[in-house]
Amino acid sequence: MNNQRTGWILLFPALLLLFLIFLYPITRAFGLSLFTENLGTQLQPVFSGLANYQRMLGDGRFWQSMSNTAIFTIVSVALELVLGLSIALVLNQSFFGRGIVRTIAIIPWALPTSIMGLAWAWIFNDRFGVANDILQRLGLIETGINWLGEPGLAMVAIIIADVWKTTPFISIILLAGLQSISRDLYEAHKIDGAKPWQSFSQITLPLLMPQIMISLLFRFAQAFGIFDLVQVMTGGGPAGSTETVSIYIYSTVMRYLDFGYGAALVVATFMILITTVALVAWLFNRTKWA
Amino acid sequence: MILEQTPDKSRKISWSYILLGISIVTIILFTLAPILWQVLTSVKTNEDISAIPNVYLPHKITLQHYLELFERRPFWLYIFNSALVSIVSTILCLLLGSPAAYALARMKLRGETIILVLIAVVTLFPYALLFLGVLEIIKNLGLGNNYLALIIPYTAINMPLTILVMRSFFRQLPQDLEDAAKIDGYKTISMLTAIILPMTLPALVTTGILTFIFAWNEYIFALTFITEETMKTVPVATAQLGGASLFDIPYGAIAAATILGTIPLVILVLIFQRRIVQGLTAGAVKG
Repeated sequence: MNNQRTGWILLFPALLLLFLIFLYPITRAFGLSLFTENLGTQLQPVFSGLANYQRMLGDGRFWQSMSNTAIFTIVSVALELVLGLSIALVLNQSFFGRGIVRTIAIIPWALPTSIMGLAWAWIFNDRFGVANDILQRLGLIETGINWLGEPGLAMVAIIIADVWKTTPFISIILLAGLQSISRDLYEAHKIDGAKPWQSFSQITLPLLMPQIMISLLFRFAQAFGIFDLVQVMTGGGPAGSTETVSIYIYSTVMRYLDFGYGAALVVATFMILITTVALVAWLFNRTKWA
Repeated sequence: MILEQTPDKSRKISWSYILLGISIVTIILFTLAPILWQVLTSVKTNEDISAIPNVYLPHKITLQHYLELFERRPFWLYIFNSALVSIVSTILCLLLGSPAAYALARMKLRGETIILVLIAVVTLFPYALLFLGVLEIIKNLGLGNNYLALIIPYTAINMPLTILVMRSFFRQLPQDLEDAAKIDGYKTISMLTAIILPMTLPALVTTGILTFIFAWNEYIFALTFITEETMKTVPVATAQLGGASLFDIPYGAIAAATILGTIPLVILVLIFQRRIVQGLTAGAVKG
């Protein structure tokens, strides 16, 4: 009994902080989303029921930001998983200087996303950018491409920057998984006459599944909420073509001072995120026990 | 038969070596090229920066862009702000998170599963969904343009990781030790500070490095809660380095700022690579 009380005392400060910074804002958004609170109401909350959600259904900008976010998330996470797994497989081999290569491979993950976003914006600069210069020297293009000024290309540039920045995270997690797989398994499999490709698909992939799922889950949530990279590289442009939901929420609140509608956007994004995560976790658990 | 097989096998091995070599070089290039390009840009003269076609190796190395950051802008203040906020929030996080982690690792609390699930779930919340509510808290507490407006959220966003990593560490400690301490008459709290704490130092360092990195890199809260120029952190200040007009973007200064803002982290990675990997995997996989 006494032990229980001490335990809760030890937990309390941490839980209070988690409540304040994570749970309160989400709960508050649910409440605020039922009010109109913007410049039209002189920033006073006026109860308006589901009006904000009704507005969202017909808000083309919201749907575009959702589809931009979905495209960004699916493409970048898929690329990061494939690249991250390949890099982990390479770093799991034994070779001279492996320690230093492993160290180098982590660096992008540790750097500030916003700052490296600026570095990538510079690389993709339309006039002085090195991306255009290399492509021109290789004879692949004749004149410089306006990477960040063309709708489809701006998304490509952001995805490349994100892949550079976060692939190391997946490599780290998957490499740890690879290291925990016993060498004996491969030896035995080889004696049974298995080809390297068969070892990969029959031993490596199944045993790596937990790590793959966890890194996918983390990356999915982070990519879905992407803000820093887009904000510094394009600000959501050109013509809203890279505007993700986070960027839209931010400008709804901070630029248009539309707090009620911003809260409704938070709720919608939150629900989509949590439902997807729950669905994936449930599917994974089901296949694991089957 | 044997004669045929031997050259075939050695060729196969050398091919896989070549493939491995190419992959390793590609990984290093892909990783370092963007950083290297920033380093080069930061020491080039403005003429070299805006040369078409691009000048790869600077004709003349200049530190002008770095000097500009300190002479024309309070860049040392930005570094100080980032360091202060990151270090204080890291200390607070370890101070509040470790006892919580211990309670969750050892004390068999009722409802501990629910709390662990909750902690794991909140790590998935994007900060863009939180800033609106946190902004309100900060306004109500009158903390706008106060370091606490960053220190409190940073402590909170690093709390789940701290708890998960420290908990996985505490669970690896031999239980006998604590049982012996209990028999010797230690109360839980005094046992924690006298016996457990000295043993947790390595785990605290591991966790602290991660929380420091996350705090140093945070952007959206720093952008929203601090508007006072002299209180900005490096990421926000760097992103806001603008010229007088759209056509007057100080690319050299931005490059210099990105180098200054990333150097502390590169050093951390070079020194603590192993710990970072340990911490990340403990936090993500075991948690």
